[in-house]
Amino acid sequence: MSEVVPEPRQKPTVPAKPTCANISMGSQLLGYVGIDTIIEQMRKKTMKTGFDFNIMVVGQSGLGKSTLVNTLFKSQVSRKSSSWNREEKIPKTVEIKAVNHVIEEGGVKMKLTVIDTPGFGDQINNENCCDPIEKYINEQYEKFLKEEVNIARKKRIPDTRVHCCMYFISPTGHSLRPLDVEFMRHLSKVVNIIPVIAKSDTMTVEEKHDFKQRVRKELEFNGIEFYPQKEFDEDMEDKAENDKIREMMPFAVVGSDKEYQVNGKRVLGRKTPWGVVEVENLNHCEFGLLRDFLIRSHLQDLKEVTHNIHYETYRAKRLNDNGGLPPVNNPDSEEQHESNL
Amino acid sequence: MSVRVKVGGGVPRERDGECRFAIHRQEKRLGTVAPWQQKNLEGYVGFANLPNQVYRKSVKRGFEFTLMVVGESGLGKSTLINSLFLTDLYSSEYPGPSHRIKKTVQVEQSKVLIKEGGVQLLLTIVDTPGFGDAVDNSNCWQPVIDHIDSKFEDYLNAESRVNRRQMPDNRVHCCLYFIAPSGHGLKPLDIEFMKRLHEKVNIIPLIAKADTLTPEECQQFKKQIMKEIQDHKIKIYEFPETDDEEESKIVKKIKDRLPLAVVGSNTIIEVNGKRVRGRQYPWGVAEVENGEHCDFTILRNMLIRTHMQDLKDVTNNVHYENYRSRKLAAVTYNGVDNNKNKGQLTKYDTVEGISPLAQMEEERREHVAKMKKMEMEMEQVFEMKVKEKIQKLKDSETELQRRHEQMKKNLEAQHKELEEKRRQYEEEKASWENQQRMLEQQKLDASRTLEKNKKKGKIF
Repeated sequence: MSEVVPEPRQKPTVPAKPTCANISMGSQLLGYVGIDTIIEQMRKKTMKTGFDFNIMVVGQSGLGKSTLVNTLFKSQVSRKSSSWNREEKIPKTVEIKAVNHVIEEGGVKMKLTVIDTPGFGDQINNENCCDPIEKYINEQYEKFLKEEVNIARKKRIPDTRVHCCMYFISPTGHSLRPLDVEFMRHLSKVVNIIPVIAKSDTMTVEEKHDFKQRVRKELEFNGIEFYPQKEFDEDMEDKAENDKIREMMPFAVVGSDKEYQVNGKRVLGRKTPWGVVEVENLNHCEFGLLRDFLIRSHLQDLKEVTHNIHYETYRAKRLNDNGGLPPVNNPDSEEQHESNL
Repeated sequence: MSVRVKVGGGVPRERDGECRFAIHRQEKRLGTVAPWQQKNLEGYVGFANLPNQVYRKSVKRGFEFTLMVVGESGLGKSTLINSLFLTDLYSSEYPGPSHRIKKTVQVEQSKVLIKEGGVQLLLTIVDTPGFGDAVDNSNCWQPVIDHIDSKFEDYLNAESRVNRRQMPDNRVHCCLYFIAPSGHGLKPLDIEFMKRLHEKVNIIPLIAKADTLTPEECQQFKKQIMKEIQDHKIKIYEFPETDDEEESKIVKKIKDRLPLAVVGSNTIIEVNGKRVRGRQYPWGVAEVENGEHCDFTILRNMLIRTHMQDLKDVTNNVHYENYRSRKLAAVTYNGVDNNKNKGQLTKYDTVEGISPLAQMEEERREHVAKMKKMEMEMEQVFEMKVKEKIQKLKDSETELQRRHEQMKKNLEAQHKELEEKRRQYEEEKASWENQQRMLEQQKLDASRTLEKNKKKGKIF
């Protein structure tokens, strides 16, 4: 992960207007140099090393979290598929279960970790639901911090930090529940939250529209900044793109791992007596949008925001608490990074 | 109904009279009641009209039914009520409780009078907005239990009054419990609620928003729920057994499809030229009244068309009687109401099998024990008092003694004084007498000398 870091630091400087007189504007190259092959080199490198992505799914049981994750990554990656126990009882406290998979596509390897939280919001008294989750996220930051601050650092620090937390909203059709608001308020500061309306085939088109408006209003009212956060938009291009996405969030999705024949095609969907809900049909649900957004365009950005912003916030807090010293038992290590914040 | 009335009885005839005699003798001999004998009628009597008379009377009176809906917000309770009774109980002018955000669980009643075919139905819908919505939902069932109990209490009081002309039946006859369609099983909240209410009201569990589930998921879900209900020994409303072939077939069909998966809708959509209630999706229309889409029709038929009266009967005969016996047995001799344990699963729930007689025995024993204790206490007190009194008496005795001594002393002192005085007086007397004697002596001497002088003749 640390090798990819230099790259985003270059990004702001490229489109920004040069303020320094030393940089000459638009100096013409007198021949082909080959600077643009750096992209190819990077690509080769990343393909070799592969990269990892950690996604956490949070929501009440029965909202289709495992199914959706399976659908997103088109393979059986959820907790339910890898465990033997089909009939699982609702656990008494919130547990954190992480399942690792390596999936490959087009020569690119991805080490995917799906972190599930069974028991969230299922008890009668749900006041302490957020605590185990917050603890887990902070633990991952702590692990990374310890590795980073080591004298003999590893070449590639294994990144177990949670890059993205998908929060599943129950499709009541009315508004957010108090538990949803509580959770998102606490955790939007520590991790990227992507709210998702689960099982959206419950609602008709008008109901969906109304519900989304209401949810967005409530999120705004409670000051919940979900990903992509407005404050981290780096330039106009990003802002325009992200604005469009923000308008459409939270995505109303349907997940399925079964295929059915519709009009001669085989599609993923849910068969009901009155029709087949197609998962990838944009008229039926917004799963396609979510997948494109999450995987095809913003995957890297998620990781960057996690590393540059959430992790740095955590790090600054920890080091400040410790009086500027890193939290290891090595008394000789010095402060190696200046805090950017 | 008295035992003497016979099923086939009508105008007494010779044969009947003999038979009756036979039966009487049999009864007197055995002391048991012989089975009613079925008699064949020889003409049209006319009491087959009885049901019609009952019917006419009931129609005139009208019916009452109270239905309670419980479930988390957003499960479509208001929509289902509208669909069930085909009226807009909750419309845009009078929005349902779900549109108003509630901080705590409330219990709200709405009454509506609907008429159909000359029959009036006073329908009361009891809604529970806020149920299961908070972060901490412990005791969210308490307002519901309190409401049901208060209705039972009202009826009990009305029944015990002297003037019983007007007895409105506001007891909750049926509780529709909405289960969220998660597809997994019951939530802990569902189990807790049903465990606490299955002894107080007829619970009919429903799977809400059933168009979320595919038919296979629905089957799986239903099986899972019924298993959990049995595991936790929850007694949901049971359909009564009938002797009728037709009816028992229907009943069996319903039982297989429990809990019923329902879909409600306020909108009417055109499908194949027909106007039906349904929900329009981009991929099709889910019809509310289509038996293959959901179990709504079964629920409606069961609730309104066939089992409404049975629900009322079970409420009256079972739940109300349970409540009544518990309430009355809890009142002791002194009229002190022992109904202090509200809100928890009281011990009355576990000692249901004890008859009121045994309970009274126990109370009597308690009372006797109390009496004994009081007696002992009183004896103790008595002894203490006796001791005190003795002590007091003793004290006063010594006091008197002392005074007596003192008085005696005084007396002696006085006595001595008197003696002293007497002595003095005697002395004085003695001295005075001496003096008198001396004076006498002198006088005598003086008179003697005078005489002497006289004799000597020289009296002047």
